[in-house]
Amino acid sequence: MGITFRKETFRDDFTFRNSPEHIRRFPFPFHEDAYMYAVNIEPHVVGPKGSVLENLIDVDEHYIAEMQDRALVLAEDPLRCQSLPHMTLAGWDLLELLMEQQALGYPEHFTLTRDGDRWRWINRPLGIDDTFTFGDTSTLPYGPMEYITRQSQGDFCILDQRDGNLWMDAGMVTTQADWSLDFDIGMNFFEWHAPVPLAHEKGIFTRALKFLTNIQQGKPARRLNWTMTINPRLDTSPENYHKWGPDRTTVTPQNVGDKVHLRVELQSFWRLPRSNGIVFPIRCYLIKMDELVTQPKWARRLHRVIRDLPEELATYKGLTRYRPTLVEWLSKLDDGSPTSSGFGPD
Amino acid sequence: MAAKSIISRPVYGTLSPQPGKHHLFIADAEGALAISDMAARAPAGFFDGAEIDFIPGPNNEHVAALEALKPARFHLAPSFASLLPRLKQTLGNAHMGLRLYLAGTEGLIGQAMQVALEAGIDHTSVQTEHRGSLARRMQCVHCKGITENVTTQPATCSHCGLLLLVRDHYSRRLAAFQGVCINAEDRSEIPPMEEAFP
Repeated sequence: MGITFRKETFRDDFTFRNSPEHIRRFPFPFHEDAYMYAVNIEPHVVGPKGSVLENLIDVDEHYIAEMQDRALVLAEDPLRCQSLPHMTLAGWDLLELLMEQQALGYPEHFTLTRDGDRWRWINRPLGIDDTFTFGDTSTLPYGPMEYITRQSQGDFCILDQRDGNLWMDAGMVTTQADWSLDFDIGMNFFEWHAPVPLAHEKGIFTRALKFLTNIQQGKPARRLNWTMTINPRLDTSPENYHKWGPDRTTVTPQNVGDKVHLRVELQSFWRLPRSNGIVFPIRCYLIKMDELVTQPKWARRLHRVIRDLPEELATYKGLTRYRPTLVEWLSKLDDGSPTSSGFGPD
Repeated sequence: MAAKSIISRPVYGTLSPQPGKHHLFIADAEGALAISDMAARAPAGFFDGAEIDFIPGPNNEHVAALEALKPARFHLAPSFASLLPRLKQTLGNAHMGLRLYLAGTEGLIGQAMQVALEAGIDHTSVQTEHRGSLARRMQCVHCKGITENVTTQPATCSHCGLLLLVRDHYSRRLAAFQGVCINAEDRSEIPPMEEAFP
């Protein structure tokens, strides 16, 4: 028994869909009927079977299609994957982590065998069977970070820890919610978060940095973040904003359910053993409104959250143009009855 | 002085004489005045171990005032690009203890800082003082081209022609502010262009 991988696209004809099982496991990010920033970090431990937390590195039915979309993005713009010269060791750390976790969680799809430094990696969904020497970059077709993140869902930032700060010194970022690795690479934790409104004043980043710099090996942490995207487009980069931005003008009362997607990032934070860096996977989950509202509790709650979102946050998340249309559409699914606490559907 | 803004935006100070024997000053246009002002507070003999590299403004002002400080070396450069090879060599060969002072426009300070970073100098150890134009050096996030001396908001990318919002988000590595298409969602919306960074 394994995952049935979907054939689908995240561009042009946008054939991306979630199966009914994947709708129920969607990581809905609102535990109450309102949203405000918080340092919502918790230990990244294994969760219930059938949830996105069943394995610490989640592989799902969109795996092959997402890896194909990443390859297309990189062919157009290789600057989406960059690693400063001192980050190669951290790249090997990440390769080990992702191979181990994917092989552990999905043995029918991935196999890692080690004989000293001689490693063999089999990735059946992508048809890869490579033998290489761990630590010797010349034995892989790409650098270690690029090699393994071309085979792993989500964006990955590798942060160097020095001078009591974290530095964005390497990354594979092709599914980002409107930030540029090419611009932010080399920045420290406060600098790359500089454009985020409200959170600096609340001391969010000072507390988050203190937490992250203390993360210990074998004790990863996680948080959820969210935004919305028109059409199931993974590549919502600032680089291509002039290409995807017009999508935001296409929302009508008739097509809200199909076009508007909730985009949730499961962010996790792991200490890397050799480099002492932190890797920060940003796993993106998309769900269209038609799929989301099949769970009545989520429909009611999302209506209240979007309706009451502070204007600055709505602007930052790029919702301004279509928020009234979305709220009107969702309001018809909200009878005002209470919602149970917690994330899950009823 | 530039207005207070977001955290990635550089903060400039006032040049002050640092302890040590070797001092390198890079300045353009009115940045010369920052050096003159600092000289008034410097101990005797301070410029005996100093080099001043100066890029004059369009009116060629302040050259005599800098020469009067009698630095060990004085170099006039017609542009930052023409200064770059010399600066790279000087910083590449510098030994521990060289003090670096940057004064003038943000574009000059940013580009000299970029060379210093590449030479392994920590940015917090560099003295900076902003003088003169607020014009910005901007990278277009779309085509990656750099447009120099941007004074308007929004501004047109000199490479791809998109109309860009000049953000306060700044990269030391690129020595540039970020420009993002201001009417990406609806190209028919054309906001008025105003003089924002005179």
